[in-house]
Amino acid sequence: MIKDITIGQYFPGNSFVHELDARIKILISFLFIITLFFIDSFVPYLFVLGFILLVVKVSDVPIKFIVKGLKPLMYIIVFTFFINVFLTPGTVLFQFGFLKVTEEGLYQAIFMALRLVFLVAGTSILTLTTSPISLTDGIEKLLSPFRKIGVPAHELAMMMTIALRFIPTLLEETDKIMKAQMARGADFESGNIINRGKALVPLLVPLFINAFRRAEELAIAMEARCYRGGDNRTRLNELKIDKKDIVTLVLVIGFFGIIIAMRYI
Amino acid sequence: MNIKLEKLSYIYNPETPFEKKALDEIDIEIDKNEFIGVIGHTGSGKSTFVQHLNGLIKPTSGKLTIDGKDITDKETKLTEVRQKVGLVFQYPEYQLFEETIYKDIAFGPENLKLDKDEVHRRVKKSMGLVGLDFEKMKDRSPFELSGGQKRRVAIAGVLAMEPKVLVLDEPTAGLDPSGRDEILEQIDRLYKEGNITIILVSHSMEDVAKLAGRVVVFSGGKIMFDGETREAFKHSKKLEELNLGVPQITKFMQKLKEKNIPVRDDVLTVEEAKIEVLKYLRGKAND
Repeated sequence: MIKDITIGQYFPGNSFVHELDARIKILISFLFIITLFFIDSFVPYLFVLGFILLVVKVSDVPIKFIVKGLKPLMYIIVFTFFINVFLTPGTVLFQFGFLKVTEEGLYQAIFMALRLVFLVAGTSILTLTTSPISLTDGIEKLLSPFRKIGVPAHELAMMMTIALRFIPTLLEETDKIMKAQMARGADFESGNIINRGKALVPLLVPLFINAFRRAEELAIAMEARCYRGGDNRTRLNELKIDKKDIVTLVLVIGFFGIIIAMRYI
Repeated sequence: MNIKLEKLSYIYNPETPFEKKALDEIDIEIDKNEFIGVIGHTGSGKSTFVQHLNGLIKPTSGKLTIDGKDITDKETKLTEVRQKVGLVFQYPEYQLFEETIYKDIAFGPENLKLDKDEVHRRVKKSMGLVGLDFEKMKDRSPFELSGGQKRRVAIAGVLAMEPKVLVLDEPTAGLDPSGRDEILEQIDRLYKEGNITIILVSHSMEDVAKLAGRVVVFSGGKIMFDGETREAFKHSKKLEELNLGVPQITKFMQKLKEKNIPVRDDVLTVEEAKIEVLKYLRGKAND
């Protein structure tokens, strides 16, 4: 159950998508999000779906993996779906007691749910095809022009690397503590909300304690190796943008441009 | 209490690039009142094996029955199984969460919905079993203890479930020698007091040799050997091929024998070796 969470997971491979420069992929993801929010009808969604399917195909990441990544977000998606269905004013289609389902609400609900699904699916491709190291290198490089105005680019990037790096560790640990408490008769899967909430205490307390301990150990280990932040640090693998990166970026920008343009035609 | 595994396999992350076959068609039967040592290299499948024993993970294929009940059957109550088979994980001290030692140990019995007096009796008894002074320790926070003491609290937490089978996954990892000896002694005493099956997972040949009557050797997800401890360490060549080796004292005696000194080569402890060597020396003096 806990293993289903694939946020931030890296799916090793050497496809065209994997080989793209991390900065290009971050930029594309960013533009993808912006484009998604420009869309106001269903037809452009078909283009977005086509785009996602194409990228997934090229990246050799099994589609099952993307779907699995959506699972933990299902609750949020379903929740927003129902909020939209019931709370949008308009022409009433049918009514259960005080709950009204309107035509506009249904439209809005499907529209928003699809937007969320595309948002998560599209952006998860970024982390699935980019190793955490190149991902943060990319972020650092992209943010470095802002250092002049005081943005701590390196520190932010480092924080993100560490956060991403520890997601699987924490998940593994959650799984382990859960099993240990289940071995002592704890039940995480039944009962009402209050009981379930209470059942989480034996899980969360050790998890937090361990997380703090780990953070301290990591800080000491970094200091012991004279870590001093961003200035004058060199790196083993420099990011390089070549022709195929530029071509991809131009093509994608063109494609997104068309999608955005559809709104105004 | 009888645990039976038939052709049991387990695969982690099936159908992904992280796919890993952890157990490969394991057959084993565990009976009442045994002391079994499980040894094997890191990644040999021993931890996966022990997690099956109380239904924390379910086999990818194959069958696992506990007292005749199939664990994959929906009818089987896993809570009952987990009460019968207690599992102490590696580094169990990281699962402590309560404010006081008493409350933490009481967590298991309370989950079994026992009444207050019974919970109290069990907490007291399990603290005694692991050598923690009840009156002095019960109201202290488990987080202010030393590593070895924390571990004993965690083990007591499992003992308070009063399991018929106690599985310990490397209970001595990361402890200093005296902490290690104490925990092993307590496990041994628990076994000798009777009516419990103990399964001890360990890297240390010495520990297994000293305590276990039966040894199961894991390698690459398969059981390479399953039998009496003495028998197991006779195959020192084979064990060394698996990077496991035998207890140093056993090895020492085997070396003596190779030098044509007539001693037994299946001793397991220093005590036994002492008797053997003395016997030999006396025999020589009499010649």
